[in-house]
Amino acid sequence: MENPVKLETRNYALRYGNNLALTDVSLRIFANQITALIGPSGCGKSSYLRAFNRMNDLIPGASSAGEIFLNGVEVQNGNIDVVMLRKRAGMVFQRPNPFPKSIYDNIAFGPRMHGVSSRSRLNQIVEDSLQRAVLWDEVKDILKQSALSLSGGQQQRLCIARVLAVAPEVILMDEPCSALDPISTLRIEELMQSLKQNYTIVIVTHNMQQAARVSDWTAFFMLNGQRSGTLIEFGSSSEMFTQPQDKRTEDYITGRFG
Amino acid sequence: MHDTRGPFSRKLDGVYILLTFAACLMIVVMLAIILGNIGINGIGIVNWAFISGKPEAGMTEGGIFPAIFGTVALVLLMTIAVVPVGALTAVYLHEYAHKDSKAARLIRVAVNNLAGVPSIVFGLFGLAFFVEFVGSRIDNAFYGGELHYGQPGIIWASLTLAVLTLPVVIVSTEEALRAVPDDVRHAALAVGATEWQMLRHVVIPQAMPGVLTGGILAVSRGAGEVAPILFTGAAYFLPDLPSRLNHQFMELGYHVYVMATQSPDVDATKPLLYGTVFVLLALTFLLNVTAILIRSRMRTRIAHSM
Ligand SMILES: Nc1ncnc2c1ncn2[C@@H]1O[C@H](COP(=O)(O)OP(=O)(O)OP(=O)(O)O)[C@@H](O)[C@H]1O
Ligand SMILES: [Mg+2]
Repeated sequence: MENPVKLETRNYALRYGNNLALTDVSLRIFANQITALIGPSGCGKSSYLRAFNRMNDLIPGASSAGEIFLNGVEVQNGNIDVVMLRKRAGMVFQRPNPFPKSIYDNIAFGPRMHGVSSRSRLNQIVEDSLQRAVLWDEVKDILKQSALSLSGGQQQRLCIARVLAVAPEVILMDEPCSALDPISTLRIEELMQSLKQNYTIVIVTHNMQQAARVSDWTAFFMLNGQRSGTLIEFGSSSEMFTQPQDKRTEDYITGRFG
Repeated sequence: MHDTRGPFSRKLDGVYILLTFAACLMIVVMLAIILGNIGINGIGIVNWAFISGKPEAGMTEGGIFPAIFGTVALVLLMTIAVVPVGALTAVYLHEYAHKDSKAARLIRVAVNNLAGVPSIVFGLFGLAFFVEFVGSRIDNAFYGGELHYGQPGIIWASLTLAVLTLPVVIVSTEEALRAVPDDVRHAALAVGATEWQMLRHVVIPQAMPGVLTGGILAVSRGAGEVAPILFTGAAYFLPDLPSRLNHQFMELGYHVYVMATQSPDVDATKPLLYGTVFVLLALTFLLNVTAILIRSRMRTRIAHSM
């Protein structure tokens, strides 16, 4: 049984000024699955991830081509509400980036921006999101404290909870564990597994073990001959990490370069 | 390795240290002399009667309350005008305008030049623009040509000062905006905040201490400036307090100038002069301290929870 397609790009390409950073990326991401994007540094994984919530729009000089679909609806070129798109496809960044506000206000931020003002409703959302991010027990007594007083791993889970609070369908994660210690990393990985039931997760990671451990699908990116990033191989993680089809994938995951 | 510098260069080093130290010392000594002179000569004059009384006997006796009141009112009105306008200009420049857009560049050039204009020019500008242009237009439109706003008044003086201090607010707000990391901006946008929501709820609150710093600098710069208010609202002698925006007012800096140059009896005025300068310095200091306190409270509130 195969899950329905949640996200798709067709011939996606991205330029930063004159630099063609990504070219011809066609990929399907399945609902309620974890898809890992791997590849050497500079091959455009982060850029590709930012395509899904159109964060690339914010970069001066960046321009993209091709099509992006969310639930089969084109969101790159059509007359789409970018604000709503970003609500539906939340993003967790490489470095934890809580607002310098209280833990409570960090989580309540998104819902408030989308018009939720009832105190009891907000309380509910805050508790619920922190529960899902497995942070509630640690912070339930200090909700009024600054989010900056939390540890890095807690901050990253807070950022995940902040995304969950706006009830997204997709969670985009750009190396969410790269600034964390092994224990925090493990907790985030467990968290991802539990989130999978309700969300579609796309994660960029440099950690091969992590990709093999947590993901159902893996997409391998690399620079082509013209030094533009492109998709080399896509497949189920179990196959990719045991019997990759492409020689370059094999070289990369066995650590022969990258 | 061979050291080609020789013993002379070592000695020169000492000379330079001495030279820089002497320069610093000179500034400190000068400041000490000024403050000491004013403090010693002024403090004896300052008592309740001086602070709460009106000038009397051709300003050779009495107090300076109207000037204190006028100064505080002037600076407050100026702050109310300059902080929002300056802050919003900075938000436009830093957040909305493209770096190389013509409009942004034009505004920047204007702001930079504004900062270099001598203050007397602002006085003339205020007279021509606020009093004669805006003011008389208001009179024609609302008072059937009767003279209300087409004459010098505290509103025009404070607006003139606001124009004078605009650059400092803009510059320090922009600096504060620049210091807000992209990380948190992106975090806000990535949960579906609009750009204005991001600015309003994340960026501007974080930049607020910088905005206040701008306000503080504006107060320091504006309080005691005489030239800009000379033609736009300051009165030579006016024991009645201003009660409306178009009233004239007395001001400490201007009062000092008047007493120093126009007094019929210089020796009799001298102690009052010292007292007035003392109060002006104390007041500026007080306004600054208040603003700094507000800012540091705001900083702790940001650092902890909001
Ligand atoms: N904001 C930007 N402006 C200009 N060029 C950029 C920008 N972001 C990325 N690039 C360029 O695009 C290419 C791909 O960068 P990207 O960050 O997407 O790679 P990555 O695969 O995420 O790398 P890493 O593994 O190091 O994070 C690089 O050549 C980079 O220099
Ligand atoms: Mg990256």
